[in-house]
Amino acid sequence: MSVSQMNEHAPLAAAAPATAGARALGLIGALASGLLFGVGLLLSGMTDPAKVLGFLDIFGAWDPSLALVMVGGITAARIGVMLIARRGASLSGLPVCLPPKRAIDVRLIVGSALFGAGWGLAGYCPGPAVVSLGFGSSSALALLVGMLVGLWVVPHSRPRR
Amino acid sequence: MSIAWQAFTPWSALGGGALIGLAATVLLSVNGRIAGISGILAGLLRAPGDRAWRFVFVAGLLLAPLVLHFFAPGVGVPPAVVGAPDARFLMLAGLLVGVGTRLANGCTSGHGVCGLARLSLRSLAAVAVFMGTAIVVVFVLRHGLAGAAA
Repeated sequence: MSVSQMNEHAPLAAAAPATAGARALGLIGALASGLLFGVGLLLSGMTDPAKVLGFLDIFGAWDPSLALVMVGGITAARIGVMLIARRGASLSGLPVCLPPKRAIDVRLIVGSALFGAGWGLAGYCPGPAVVSLGFGSSSALALLVGMLVGLWVVPHSRPRR
Repeated sequence: MSIAWQAFTPWSALGGGALIGLAATVLLSVNGRIAGISGILAGLLRAPGDRAWRFVFVAGLLLAPLVLHFFAPGVGVPPAVVGAPDARFLMLAGLLVGVGTRLANGCTSGHGVCGLARLSLRSLAAVAVFMGTAIVVVFVLRHGLAGAAA
């Protein structure tokens, strides 16, 4: 099954009620993933807003490091994408929820522009903000307050089928 | 443009990035879910059920500095920001990040890592727009509008 087929079929697949075993495996997977994700953000320098802004400042003294974070991240994430495409199911048996295919629309472009503006102002994207709260950053706390309000006020967009 | 070689950290960037991608691979292959932080947080705020795995994932993010400190004290936690922007400025930046990522259905992780790994054109468009905007904002803040006109 190709990845593009998965895109169309996964959201339509009827979700069988998850067994207790599947749910437990899912919680272990989510904890492991969150920890790995956080450690990766810390090691890569993404939790240092000064370094993030140094990457975004391509017309100043440019620090290209974070381009390599993306290269490493995309390459390693590709493994999961290929695994799930080949297997057609998750290892726990929980339903696979992939974003359905959608057009590039105004909402995507305007939203990305607003996100980019906020990212460029302070140097925090959502993951590093949460992780930085974990080591007691008061800057991250202030940013998270604004971010959670933002996440809360925008209604979820329902994909048109 | 000049490259700040003294700030360039290729190996920790590549290695840290690989861990982020591995985390995405774990969540996708075990849970069948996309590791998009803004989406996971929004689901925690809004999704009626299905909160447990999101809560545990976010707990993992919050515990990561403690766990890393246990194995490698002093690694990964950046120095305290000198001249950090004030709280109102940070809240405004956060509001833009929150509203923007919800409208766009994803951020640096969901679109930038997972979406690009899935070869999604939508994600490629999102990444191009948010990187481009962020670069422009940093340019204006650091080098001023006079520089932009020059």
